[in-house]
Amino acid sequence: MTERFPGYDVLAKRDTPSWNDASRRVIDHRLALEDEPRFLTQDEWRLLVALCDRIVPQPPHRPRIPVAVLIDRKLQQDQGDGYRQASMPPLRQAWRQGLHALNEEARLRFGGNFVELAPGQQDALLELLARDQVRSEAWQGLGAKSFFKGRALHDIGSSYYAFPESWNQIGFGGPASPRGYVRMDFNRRDPWEAVESKHV
Amino acid sequence: MSEIVPQVPRARDGRAPDVFHVGGWVPMREYADDDEVDFAIIGTGAGGGTLACRLSEAGFSVVALDVGPYWRPLEDFASDEHEQFKLYWRDERIVDGTDALQLGRNNSGQSVGGSMVHFAMVSLRFRPEWFKARSQLGYGHDWPVDWREMWRYYGEVEEALKIAGPVRYPWGPHRPRYPYRAHELNAAARVLARGSEALGIKWAPTPLATLSAPRGDAHPCVYRGFCIAGCSTNAKQSALTTWIPRALAAGAEIRDLAMVGRIELGNSGRVTGLHYHREGRWRFQRARHVVVAGYSIETPRLLLNSACPRFPDGLANSSGLVGHNLMAHSNQGVYGVMEDEIRWYKGPPSLAITEHWNYTDEGKDFHGGYSYMSQGPLPVEWVGTMTGNRGLWGEALQREMQKYIHQAGLKIVGETQARDENRVRLADEKDRFGLPVAHVTFSYGDNDHRLIAHAKRFMRDSLAAAGARDIWAEESETAHLMGTCRMGDDPSTSVTNADGRSWDIPNLWICDGSLFPTSGGVNPSLTIQALACRAADRIKLLAKRGEL
Repeated sequence: MTERFPGYDVLAKRDTPSWNDASRRVIDHRLALEDEPRFLTQDEWRLLVALCDRIVPQPPHRPRIPVAVLIDRKLQQDQGDGYRQASMPPLRQAWRQGLHALNEEARLRFGGNFVELAPGQQDALLELLARDQVRSEAWQGLGAKSFFKGRALHDIGSSYYAFPESWNQIGFGGPASPRGYVRMDFNRRDPWEAVESKHV
Repeated sequence: MSEIVPQVPRARDGRAPDVFHVGGWVPMREYADDDEVDFAIIGTGAGGGTLACRLSEAGFSVVALDVGPYWRPLEDFASDEHEQFKLYWRDERIVDGTDALQLGRNNSGQSVGGSMVHFAMVSLRFRPEWFKARSQLGYGHDWPVDWREMWRYYGEVEEALKIAGPVRYPWGPHRPRYPYRAHELNAAARVLARGSEALGIKWAPTPLATLSAPRGDAHPCVYRGFCIAGCSTNAKQSALTTWIPRALAAGAEIRDLAMVGRIELGNSGRVTGLHYHREGRWRFQRARHVVVAGYSIETPRLLLNSACPRFPDGLANSSGLVGHNLMAHSNQGVYGVMEDEIRWYKGPPSLAITEHWNYTDEGKDFHGGYSYMSQGPLPVEWVGTMTGNRGLWGEALQREMQKYIHQAGLKIVGETQARDENRVRLADEKDRFGLPVAHVTFSYGDNDHRLIAHAKRFMRDSLAAAGARDIWAEESETAHLMGTCRMGDDPSTSVTNADGRSWDIPNLWICDGSLFPTSGGVNPSLTIQALACRAADRIKLLAKRGEL
């Protein structure tokens, strides 16, 4: 696919009035996170990375976004969202059980670990989760659809779009303080915003 | 995950943060726990922050406590959705029901200044008839206050927040022009305007609590678009930047990072003060009056957690209504793709509004009304809508995200009916203070569904008329909270009187959105602040008469 915003890099604005000190500190810290698990085991981590690749497939020829790391750190800090479905276990337990059950389901359906399946098989399996059509007993007390939609899609989508590279891909302006925007009407663009390619 | 969060209280040692200056301080009067203050207020948002200001300006001694941190937005707020999750209430709560609430961004904060610190600044008056919904419109409950009185207080709040809005507002009885000029529209707002004009209904620039001209140490809005992630330039007029600085100047004490766990009932049948946790230990603040202003979940939670032998079902609960009739606004969005570049991340998210269906009753197959506004979600919120509402993932998700700068949307703030089964109760689970957490149940009723269906049809037509394609609508979204401690005229069918004074305990008051008997089709913050101003004036009057 042709890039929609060729040459656009949110990080190029880091030392401009678009970024205040707090934004620099927060984004610098995020980009410096070591792309390794602190909470999950190595097996869980590989499984999570494979899952992220199917939920938010990354465009080729673009820098890779370390999606899984934000989820691992969220688990490490046990930082919930402030609400939890009564039918769902707490954050850490939900992720641990969900990853385990995903792999059990993969073995049951395709006779192999999730990370070893072809992308098409992985997607087929995830479709089954989304429709709650699972066979493994490992989903008990969690629910495949609840985990898939309420935990996996929620946390993975949110983590992907927390990284500046994702903002480059969709043309979002990124940090904007103290300088915000001036041109707000249809088809108007400030010089510090992304230019959309006309060849998409 | 947050990088910048105060770990110890800032408001202490005779000073509080000056929100207008990096590293700045302002003097703060302090009270000892043993001082019997006139009013101890729990919560510092639209209800508690406003009341703390008005009562301290009236000469009462006031201590206001909040479990949230005391931010200095200029130095503490990043332009980053993830970092700013720190403004939301993130301690665990249990939710269920067929439309279980997602708590946080849309309804629940944890800051000095409350959820106003991350509110979308939409500042609307109730339609006059809504205050007598039962007797004039045939549904819900009457409020124990008169609309003309409320409209006077709306005027006071609009002035206090320098609301930016149009010279002439197209709906309802005459109102004065807004204190500050209306903001210019972004493209997302123009889509609403275009659709409204095509369908022959009125629209207006949304009255917003963000500055369109300088005010004191605060600059005008720079249209950075991160409003619901907190305003890092102080253009936003929240309790944190308006009522609370005034309260401090008038001698109130604010206690940040202070969690109230229980209100103490004395032998006399009056409350004597409150137990609160701060700096690692439990303490007790004496008070002549206690005001609960924790909003529709924490207020009933605290009253229920304060159960005692004399009131085994919780304080102020002889009606059995504490925690019941929780309302949220229906908040379904309709989205489409425009040929034009919209770039809806610029400017406040809801710069244009129509209240047509709040003021028009013809052609409805439901009770109540709704407004709808233009939208501008940032990427993390937007992907949450894509995954949560449409269930998109994989290549399909990424393809949709690619259309980000061409998206436009309309979203309702829809009235829901108060229903007994929607409620807040205590769970077995405990929080970090050892207190039972809230269990929150919410489901839409039949009338709510009919209202939502009507709104979705109308907004689809409007977006299509404005030139959008690939139009789709959200299923189960909500915003705001109201109810759980209804005010009224009858102690058997309400928790407090019109002043927020509980029927059961004369020196226990409530001052927040939990008082709402009905929800109306507009964002609640202006009405909460108006109620707080009214309560303050009533308290002054009662004090003069010796009736406190």
